Formats: sequence, structure tokens, C-alpha cells
Amino acid sequence: MKNFRSQTGSVINEKEVIKFSFDSKIYFGYGGDTLSSALLANGVHLIGRSFKYHRPRGILSSGSEEPNAIVTFDRGEGKITPNVRATTLEIFEGLQVFSQNSYPNLKFDIGAFNNIFSMFFPAGFYNKTFMWPKSFWDKVYEPFIRNLAGLGPAPVNEDPDNYASSYEHCETLIIGSGPAGIAAALTASQKEGRVILVDEQPEIGGSLLSSSNKKIDNMGADQWLSEARSKLEKSNNVKIMTRTTAIGYWHDNFVALSERLTDHMSEVPDGRAREQLHRIRAKRVILAQGAIERPLVFNGNDKPGVMLSNAAQTYLNKYGVRVGDNISIFTSHDSAYETAFELCDAKVSVSVIIDLRKEIDADLLAKAQSRGIVVHLNSSISKTYGKLRINSFEVFEPALNKKFKVKCDALIMSGGWTPSLHLWSHSKGTIKWNKDLSAYIPDKAHENVCCIGSCNGSFGIAKALNQGNSVFENSKKYIVKEQSFGTGVVSSNIPSYVSKEKQKAFVDFQNDVTEKDISLAVQEGFKSIEHVKRYTTNGMATDQGKTSNLNALEIASREVGSSIEKVGLTTFRPPYTPTTFGTFVGYRDKELFDPVRKTPIDAWAESNSAIYEPVGLWRRARFFPKDDENMDQAVARECKSTRDSLGIFDASTLGKIEVVGPDATKFMNLMYCTSWTSLKVGNCRYGLMLGEDGYIYDDGVVARIAEDRYHVTTTTGGAPRVFRHMEDYLQTEFNDLNVWLTSTTEQWAVIALNGPHARDILEPLVEGIDLSADFFPHMSVRLGSICGIPTRLFRVSFTGELGFEINVPSHYGLALWEILMAEGSKYKITPYGTEAMHVLRAEKGFIIVGQDTDGTVTPHDAGMAWAVAKKKKDFVGMRSLKRKDLVSGMRKQLVGLLTEDPLTVLAEGSQVVLDPKQPKPMKMIGHVTSSYWSESLGKSVAMAVIEDGFNRMGEDVYIPMPTGTIQAKVCKSVFYDPEGKRIHV
Amino acid sequence: MLLIHCPYCKENRPEIEFAYAGEAHIVRPDAIVQSEMTDEEWSKFMFIRNNFRGEHAERWWHNAGCNMFFNAIRNTKTDKFVMTYKMGENRPTKTQIEAAKK
Repeated sequence: MKNFRSQTGSVINEKEVIKFSFDSKIYFGYGGDTLSSALLANGVHLIGRSFKYHRPRGILSSGSEEPNAIVTFDRGEGKITPNVRATTLEIFEGLQVFSQNSYPNLKFDIGAFNNIFSMFFPAGFYNKTFMWPKSFWDKVYEPFIRNLAGLGPAPVNEDPDNYASSYEHCETLIIGSGPAGIAAALTASQKEGRVILVDEQPEIGGSLLSSSNKKIDNMGADQWLSEARSKLEKSNNVKIMTRTTAIGYWHDNFVALSERLTDHMSEVPDGRAREQLHRIRAKRVILAQGAIERPLVFNGNDKPGVMLSNAAQTYLNKYGVRVGDNISIFTSHDSAYETAFELCDAKVSVSVIIDLRKEIDADLLAKAQSRGIVVHLNSSISKTYGKLRINSFEVFEPALNKKFKVKCDALIMSGGWTPSLHLWSHSKGTIKWNKDLSAYIPDKAHENVCCIGSCNGSFGIAKALNQGNSVFENSKKYIVKEQSFGTGVVSSNIPSYVSKEKQKAFVDFQNDVTEKDISLAVQEGFKSIEHVKRYTTNGMATDQGKTSNLNALEIASREVGSSIEKVGLTTFRPPYTPTTFGTFVGYRDKELFDPVRKTPIDAWAESNSAIYEPVGLWRRARFFPKDDENMDQAVARECKSTRDSLGIFDASTLGKIEVVGPDATKFMNLMYCTSWTSLKVGNCRYGLMLGEDGYIYDDGVVARIAEDRYHVTTTTGGAPRVFRHMEDYLQTEFNDLNVWLTSTTEQWAVIALNGPHARDILEPLVEGIDLSADFFPHMSVRLGSICGIPTRLFRVSFTGELGFEINVPSHYGLALWEILMAEGSKYKITPYGTEAMHVLRAEKGFIIVGQDTDGTVTPHDAGMAWAVAKKKKDFVGMRSLKRKDLVSGMRKQLVGLLTEDPLTVLAEGSQVVLDPKQPKPMKMIGHVTSSYWSESLGKSVAMAVIEDGFNRMGEDVYIPMPTGTIQAKVCKSVFYDPEGKRIHV
Repeated sequence: MLLIHCPYCKENRPEIEFAYAGEAHIVRPDAIVQSEMTDEEWSKFMFIRNNFRGEHAERWWHNAGCNMFFNAIRNTKTDKFVMTYKMGENRPTKTQIEAAKK
């Protein structure tokens, strides 16, 4: 295999020979090579096939802006990363990479046939074709498009790697370690304060890594770089981070860095994190991100071998690789000349420079001619030739109407430079159009940040170094010997005799968007750049338009006939380059994804086969299946046992708030629509809490522990909301009240005992409390102890059976539960879960806020007008209850439903209609809120909110379902023991 | 990640410690005034808020911190906090806002 190394590159270590494979073929490279430099050294230019047209593609650039040369990186064991840029992938021994989007192989790809039919696939074709017949979409069109389109394959295995994350602070964060960033870091290191210097590449230096022929302060640039690196490494206050990309910039100088730790290693230490996300809060940010060269938009500009000119320069100097043996140049900017001269001086044949401009600097022209390079001014390229690699091109001189062919094996181009404004824009810094550069540059900062070097339009090493100093008020000037960066013009309209319709001039290489597509978009009425972007998909590929945005903007504004500033620029969004999902996830995966709140009794449930359900962040036992029971069987058994004898339930998740103070009652009266004044110490009352809008917000039983002390309970899910609601009113409206709130949800474990034997089991265990019906009526609370544990013992019931809720300090919860399970075996004590709890309360018509209410249900709607105190001066929600809409007749009201066929259980959420035969769309008069099979009653029971429900007792209603219409009768929502005899025993 | 200065903790804390709590200085009318308000006026108090472009007075709750509600002036266009002040204090004057910007 021929070798294209011309010299030793600045980052290359020739002692380290590395074997790697591309499409299963073995190649060799050196330590320091990227995949692209190693392949180019082996003469390989064909890297992939394009997204839409399957055109052969090569390497365009040498950096992270690469749109074409993307490969699939296989680390084995199912660890596959698609769409990795060959220009940033470091080779290591045993590296395996594969080209993408071709079948059966890269050289002969049948997908390329659509290249011939590409006239049918212009921009927006998805919106216009494959529409008819409709049935073909699923079976024919979609599979066809799916197979043809796309880039690399998605991995199918779960990501087995670890990802780390950390938070850091510093006084100065410098992003980019080219000359500007390094000079800034050197100056900053002399001052107080922590400095972090970040670069996406494996080594710092940026453009200095390909500038050995330049001089800084009388030494070669490479030597200056080496000394600077040494100084920075020795500084106590400087942290250098390489292989680290600043992916986004957020409020208040919060910057995220994605550090790649192991992808470049052939042997990864066991358990080592693959990547690390650093969240940095910096006092000051210095952006030194550099600039990206612009491609020229001309017919056939996408062939393998067509590259950006600075890429050729970088491959030569940094990697020692020449991109061809017979190189030609197409440019409208002076900077390409420097590349030409360096190639020539390295004994690479450079035959011609095709320059779009009429005139150029005389000195440049002379330097070219002295090297034997023929310069054609006022010239353009109208066609390129070659199938899998460029082999020649046609020069077109419009003024002379002259055409001629030139042979080449690489064509390098420069259409000017685009300062990188990505992070600046994330930080909401504004940008302004600079006519001379034909580019946007930074304008006003929104955070404590500034741009130095070419990212603010200041080109050349001297300017970069000096700005790195001046940004810290260091006025020292560097002495730099370099070729002047020069100037250029940006032309969105490359002269050609080939009509625009026949040209394939690419703007966005990765998404296969051509100049024609952009013109078509404007022709079809898309005048804003945001619309042009989305209609053509220009700038929407994984490279986020780094090499295409401004060219697209130029073409769009030319077509629209408006200035560039008027057409606008699309939004830059993080991440700057594609970032692994795992890096964002960090440690918050699997068990750590969401905190799981568990009660003290959870351990018993887990070892007793509980099936759980999430309630907010809590996990609650839903049912406890015995043997082979399914949920219905388990729940039926749990309900029956509880009503027959004794059930035990973990109610610890219920919200609890201790309301204390001389004004506690005043406060409670304001927060609830129920009245508290008459509630005696030692008694409990059901509390209904409304929002200021008059709708039910939460509910719960409240116990009066003392004159100035209430033990308030809330729903499980509502606890945080209720606490916020109370604190808000207390701190901001009723702040003259002398009362304070403490959230005690996690301080009390709560065990509910329900059933005819609920008192029997407690009798021998409780001390200091008379449990008899006369001294401990339903809805009261007593203080005492149980098995020596201090307790607030509530006599309350959510089941309609005799019930108690034992509140003990939470660390006693598990022990008490186990004692009760042992003591209760003689009563066939049955643990039940949330499902049985739901059924038992529904049989009694008790509502569950958030299930039977949805934030639009008033107390009256829920049949609880009795709960609203009549004589209160003020309470939250009082005024709204008087609103016309809240007292109107046709409101949805909570009623019960009994199905015509008692074995049919309605689906919660299903809609209720009066006439099932009416045409669609039917008038829906309500919906089912709760619905269960009642083992105790031997039939299904349901609750529903139905328009004017209270006036429909006995009426038949219908619930249409896909499987058929169900008939049900409206009734009262209390199904079991309506007189309430069982609860008062 | 916004930094918000809690006037009680007297520290800048990250925004995840806080919850937004709506427009500031909206006083709940007392019971007698409430009963005299028409449904229209009551709806205005309940639901109508300023959609102000620029310096907006709003409330925040330091719920993962000191649990206190406080007020803030934040520019809704630039999303920058100008100042924060304790609950119960009056809306700052134009002069105070300008001074805080410096």
C-alpha cells in the first residue's frame, strides 16, 4: 500500500505503530493519528455514502466540524457508536470501524440508484410524495424509506459503560487552547484564582500544532508551544483538560464539559468511567473557540478528495500526511495560498490555484509563481470528474468564456472563514454582521464572557496571542513571524455555464442539501431562515451546520433578495457536538434514576411477595398474592378477610403536618372549608381543603391533640402540595397569625387495623388507653403506648369496618407491624395493599382526591356540601364557591353506578352517554372515576361524575366501549352498609 | 442553572432549590371586600396576571432551603434577576431598581 507521509507530524509518534481495521481491512498508523489522518496516510479517501443520495463521500475537514467522514465505531460486546467523526476518532491498537449507509459495500452501493432518481427527492419531498394510495404507506413506502435513509446503525444493547459526573468552580474558564486560549491561560496563571483550560482535542495547541514554520518571540511556534505547555502544567492554579468539549453554556456562567476518558484506549481499566460530565460554575469565561473554514458551493463539490484547504494544511503539519500527489486549489480567500506554499515546500505537487477573485495581493501571486503554481484569477470550477475519487475538474473563466480540464487527485477549497459563535450564542450574547468578513461576529455579552482570537473575527497568531494577554489587562505584545492571514470574498454565486437546475452543488453535506434545494424552498414561499432550515433540513444533521449554515444563509438571502441580517441566523443549541446520553445520565441510572421513597414497613412487604405500585415517588404495596393468585384474586381475598375478620394496612405514606400555636384554630379555619372551632381536644374530623378557586384541593382526617395543636393528615400524593399551600398563605397572607407548621410525614409510621377484630387484637397490647366503644368512639384520638412504644392512636376507618390507625415514631414501624402480624394470626390477620384499600373505600363511597376529583370538583359536586361551614367569616375558596358557574345546575356530580350485568366491571375513565344510538360525536355527560369488583357485595360497583347526577337517581345510562355498550343505573355512591352500623361497634 | 439570591439565607443558590410562585404584590382582599366583588372582579383577582416584558415583580419559594417565600425583580426579556427582597416589603421604586442593577 502506498504511503502518503511527507514528514513527521507534530503530534505523531512514529515509534508507536498501530494496527486498526476499516471495513474489516487492516491498516497501519502511528500514535497520535486520528482515523482520518491514518486513512489518508494510506491513500484512502472513500469513507462513506451520503444520507439521501448515497453519493460516495470522503474527508472534508480535519476537525469536529466534519460532516462527511462519519463511521461506526465498534468497541465490541455490543458497544457500538454510530456517526463518529473520523477526524476526531483517535486510533488505537485493535480499533475496528465501519463505513455507513452502503450495501453491499462502500465501493458498490445499490443505494446509489436513488442518485439517478434524485430529481424525485428534492427538499421537502417527504411532504409531497409517497402520499397515495394511503394504504401503501405502512407496507411499501415506509419500509422502503427506512432501509434507504439514515446514517449509522443504532446500538441494540443497553449501554454497559459507567459515566461519571462532578461539579467544579473556578475563577477563569478558558474554552479553546489555540494561541489565544494559551496566552490567556499563561496570563491568568500569574494571577490569583483557579484557571481551567479546556480543549476538545487530545493535546493543547490548536492551530499552533500545525504552525512549525512560524515564529513566536524568536523561537519556532512548536517550541513556544512546548514551553507554554510546560509552564501551565507546572502552575498550581491551572487545570488543563483535553479530550474535553464544552458542550453548552447556561445561565450565570454555568458551563457543561463532556470529557472523554477511555474511547482512545485499546485496554480500558476495569470499571473505569467512559466519560465524565463536569458542571462548571465560572466567575469569568473566555471563549477562544476559533473559526471554521467555509466550503465553496459548486457543482460536484462533494467528491472524495475535495477538502477544505486548512484541513490539507493540518494533515501535512500536524500528522505529516499529504492528501494527494497532485493537488489543486479552488479559493476565494488568501489563506488557501499559505496551504499551497507549505505543500509545495514539502515537495507535494501543487499544479493550479483557481481563484474566484479578479485581483489578489501581488506578493501572493509572486510567491505562487516562484513555486511554479499556475494561478487562474477570475476563474471558477463548473464540473468535477471521478466516481469514487476526484480525478479532474473543469475550469470555467466566464470573462473569456474559456473552459479547460485539469487533472488532480485532491482539490482543496476555501470559501472564507466563519468565527465560531456557538457557546457565545448559548450564553445569549448577541451577534452582528461584519461585511468585510461576510460573517457574524460577537456583539454584546449577556454574561461575564468575552471572545478572543479568530472566534471574534481576529485572525492570525499575533492577534490571538495579544488578545489572550489584553483580556487580563496584560499589555505585553508578542513578536510573531507569520504569513498574513489575508482577506477574501464570499461568493454565494459561483459562476458556471451549467444551469442551476442541472448542478449538484452541496451546501449541507451530511443531509445532502444542495443549492438548488434552498432556491426551491424560497421559491415555494419559505422566506425566513428558520423555515428554510426545516424545509430543506440544512444545518439539522449531527454537525449542526458548522460548515453549511452561513453558506445556506448567503444563498437564501440572495434568493429572497434581502440582506443577510434580515433573513437571520438559526439558533445554536447545545450540545456543541454529539454527546453520549450516558454522559448526561451520569450516576442517575437504574436504582438512582428517581429516589424511591419507602416506608419503614417496606422491608416486610418486600420479603412477603408484595407487588408494588408507584404513588408519586413512594413505592406502595398494591397487593400480596398468595400462591398463584393474580391481582383480582388477591384483592378479593384481602377485602373479604378484612370485612370478615381483620385486615392490616401500611398507611405510613399519608402526609402529616403538625399545626401548632395559639392561632392554630384560626389558621385551620381559614385553610379548610370545614370548621374546627367546635372540635374538642381528643376528637377527629374529616377536613376538606379547597383551592382559592373553590375546587377540592385535598382532604384528610385531622385530630385535635391539644388546644393549640392539630395533627393534620393529607393524601399521600398531596402532602407536598398541601404543605406549600399552607406555608404560602401563612407567610404571605395570614402572616399576623401566631402559628407554625412542621411537616411530619416521615416522622410517623402508620398502621391501619380494620375489621370486626380490630379492637380485640389491640386490647392486650395498648397501655394507657380505654379502647371500649363508650370511651373511644369513632373519630377520636388517644395518646398512650403500644408494646411500650409511644403512640397517637386514632379511631378512624377508611373501610367502613371498625378501624384504628396506630401512629408511632417511624423507627418503630417495622417492629410493631411484626408484633401485630404475630398477635393477629389467631384472627387470621390479612395484610392488604392499596388496591384492596381502594375497593373497600369505594364500597363506602369515600372519595379519593385526584381520582374522583380532578381539580374542577366542588364540595357540592362531590355530595359534600355538608362539609362546608355555613358561618365562617372567611376561608380559602369561600368567594369562589359563590361564582355563578360553581352553583349552576348542569355541573357534573358524583354518583354511584351499578352495571346492569353485575359481573361487568366498568373501565375507569370511560365516558357516559344517555343515548347510545346517537350519531358520533356523541354527547358525553360524564365519566367513570372509580370502578371495582366488590367481593363483599358480589357485584361491580363504580363512581362517576355525571351532569345533574343528583337528579338522575334510578336512571339508566350507557357506557359505549369498543367491545360493546354497557348499561348501568345511577344510584347513591354508598354501596355497603349504608346505615354505617359496622363502623360504630 | 440560574443562581438566585435568597434574601433570608443571604446567599446565591442554584434554581433547583426554588419553586416559582407567581406575580408578586397581589393582595388577597379581606372577606368583606370579597363579598362585595362581582364575579368578574373576583375572576380578575384569581386568574388575570400581567404578562410584563421587562422588570417583573414575582415571588419565589426556597423550598429546598430555608422554606421562606420572598419577592424578586427579574427581567423577563433577559431572564436576569435584578434584586430579591423579603416577603412583606414593598415593591422597590424605579430608583432602587436602577441602583440594584449596578
